[in-house]
Amino acid sequence: MSDDKTLRPSATFPQNVLDEIHRAADQGIYEIRGFGAKRSLPTFDDLVFLGASMSRYPLEGYREKCATDVVMGTRYAKKPIELKIPITIAGMSFGALGANAKEALGRAATAMGTSTTTGDGGMTEEERQSSKTLVYQVLPSRYGLNPDDVRRADALEVVVGQGAKPGGGGMLLGHKITERVAEMRDLPQEIDQRSACRHPDWTGPDDLEIKIQELREITDWEIPIYVKVGATRVSYDVALAVKSGADVIVVDGMQGGTAATQDVFIEHVGIPTLPAVRMAVEALQELDMHRKVQLIVSGGIRSGADAAKALAMGADAVSLGSATMVAMGCNRNVYIEDYEALGTAPGYCHHCHTGRCPVGITTQDADLEERLQPEQGARWLRNYLTTMVLEIQTLARACGKTHVLNLEPEDLTALTIEAAAMAKVPLAGTDWIPGNNK
Amino acid sequence: MTAFDLNSDSVRALNQHLHESPSGKLSVTNPGGRHCIACGINAAVEVSIDGHVGYYCAGMNKNAQITIAGNAGPGVAENIMSGSVRVKGNASQYAGASGQGGTLIIEGDASARCGISMKGVDIVVAGSVGHMSGFMAQKGRLIICGDAGNSLGDSIYEACIYVRGNVGELGADCIEKEMTAEHTENLKDLLASTGIDANAEEFRRYGSARKLYNFNIDHADDY
Repeated sequence: MSDDKTLRPSATFPQNVLDEIHRAADQGIYEIRGFGAKRSLPTFDDLVFLGASMSRYPLEGYREKCATDVVMGTRYAKKPIELKIPITIAGMSFGALGANAKEALGRAATAMGTSTTTGDGGMTEEERQSSKTLVYQVLPSRYGLNPDDVRRADALEVVVGQGAKPGGGGMLLGHKITERVAEMRDLPQEIDQRSACRHPDWTGPDDLEIKIQELREITDWEIPIYVKVGATRVSYDVALAVKSGADVIVVDGMQGGTAATQDVFIEHVGIPTLPAVRMAVEALQELDMHRKVQLIVSGGIRSGADAAKALAMGADAVSLGSATMVAMGCNRNVYIEDYEALGTAPGYCHHCHTGRCPVGITTQDADLEERLQPEQGARWLRNYLTTMVLEIQTLARACGKTHVLNLEPEDLTALTIEAAAMAKVPLAGTDWIPGNNK
Repeated sequence: MTAFDLNSDSVRALNQHLHESPSGKLSVTNPGGRHCIACGINAAVEVSIDGHVGYYCAGMNKNAQITIAGNAGPGVAENIMSGSVRVKGNASQYAGASGQGGTLIIEGDASARCGISMKGVDIVVAGSVGHMSGFMAQKGRLIICGDAGNSLGDSIYEACIYVRGNVGELGADCIEKEMTAEHTENLKDLLASTGIDANAEEFRRYGSARKLYNFNIDHADDY
C-alpha cells in the first residue's frame, strides 16, 4: 500500500531531474536539442502598456496613420536598408533548415518589405533569389563564406554570439549533412560539423574594429555592417560594438532558438531578452548613439505585443527566428506518428537536431521537406507577420503614436518586481523602479 | 603600371580602384603597416606591395597575384579563394585563415594559428609556424619547411599538413600518417610551383585520426 508519505516527491530530485540523471547514465553525453530555453523566465508578458487616457490622446484605430517603416545602417553605409516593418527574420542556416524553409522565409520577408538573414553554411541561390533584402552572416566557422556572396548581400552581420549559446559554437549532427550541405561547408558527409565558438582571424574589440574595416573595404563602404551578440554582458558588448564601428547591433536574449545545442547551455547561459533590451538601450544612450546605431532585439519575440514593448523600451526593430518556424508549422498538430517516432508530440517537439522534422522545416530529408512548400510556408509567415504588425500598430495608436518608434518607456508599467527592475519601468500602481536610487 | 603611394593616396582609393577598374600590374609603395590593403580583389591583376602591411592584407582574394615585399600583419590572405599571395618577410597570426583556394606563400616564419580553419587553400611556409597552426583545418595543404609549434593540427578534418622540422606537440585528433610516394610527388610539385627550395623527401605528413568526427563518449578524453 502506498500513501502520501511513501510517494513523497523530492524537491531536490523531482521526476524531471531523476529522468535526466537516468538518461545521462544510459547515454554518457549531455542532451543536445533544438528550439530555445524551456524554463520559465521574465518576459515582455510582465509589462503592460498604459493606454491613452485623460492626459494622453489616442489615435483612431484603422483610420489614423501609424507608420512602421525603419531604416537600418544610417551610421556609415552608403546604402542603408529601408524596411517597411520593424520586424526582421533572424539568421538560420541552410543545413539546420531545408532549402524550402529558407526560400519560404525569403519570400515572406520580401512580401512584407523586410529582410531575412543567412546562417552558418553560406548563402543558397534559392535564398538570394527569393529575398529582396538579405543580410549575410559572417560567422566564426566561415562555412561557405564567399566574397561573391559578400558583394551581393544587402548587409553583413558579424556574429559574435547568439542568445541560445553565448560563448558556444554549434554542432550540425552528421545525419543532417547531405551531399549539398557538405559541399557548401567543405567537409565530408555524415560527420558532426562543429561550428567554432570564436572567429579564426580576430580576437577582441580592437581586432573587430579592423575586421569591420576590412568588410567595409571589400564592399566599398556601401552596405551596413551588423554585429550580433548573445545577451550576457550587454552594456559592455554594445559599447564595444559601437566602438568597433557597427552600424547595427543585434542583441539576442537567452530565449533565442538554436538548431542543436547542449540543453545545459540553452537553459543556463545568458540573460533574458527583457533586461537585455534595457541594457543595450542605456549603453547606446550613454554614448549618444541611440537611433544613430540601430538596435535589433531578438530572443523569444512571439507577438505584436512583445515587439511593441521592445520598441517602447528603445529597440529599432525586433528579429524573429523560432516564431517564424512555428508560423510555418513547427509543432503543429499534424503527422502525429512522426512526432511519436521521435519520442515527442506536437507542442513539445525540440528535435530540430535529429533532421526528422515532422513538418519539413529543419530537415534535409527530401520526403519530409516536401511537406513544406515554399509558397505555403511564405503565406503562413506573411499572415503571421501581418498580424504582428497590426498588433503593434494597435498598441501604438492606443498610446497616441503616429509611428511605432515613438513608443517609449513611459508608455509601459511592470506587473512584477523582477520585470520592473529588469526593464527599469515602474511597478504598476507605484513610481517604484527597484534598483533605481534616484 | 598603375602606382599608388600610400603616403599620399588612401587605402580606400586603392581598394576602390582595384574593385572598379582592375587591370595589368599595380604597385603600392609606403604601405606603412596600414590595414586592409588590396582586400576583396576579384580580378587577375598583379599587385606588388613594397613594405610592411597591417591586418588583413589581400583578404578574400580572388584571382589576383599579390606580392608583399615585407612583413604581414594578422590575417594575411584570410579567406583567400584563388590566385596567390606571397609574403617575402614574416607573417603574423591567422595567416590564410579559412582560405578556400589559391596559394599563400610565406618566405619567412608565420606566427600562431597559421592556416586556422583552412578550407582548400595551399599554404607554404619556408620558415616555422607558431602554435595551433592548422586548427580545425578542413581542406587544403599546409607545408611547413621549418618547425611547428604546439597543438599542430588540433581538431583537424581533411586537410594535409607536411612538416620538415620538429613538431612541438600534436593537437587533438592529429596524427602522423604515412608519407607515400604520391604524397612526396605532390609536395614536390607544390614546392616547385611556389619557388620554395626544400627537399620533399625530408617532410613528414600529418592528418586526422578521424576519431572525433562523430561524438563517441569513449573518446571524450581526446577533447
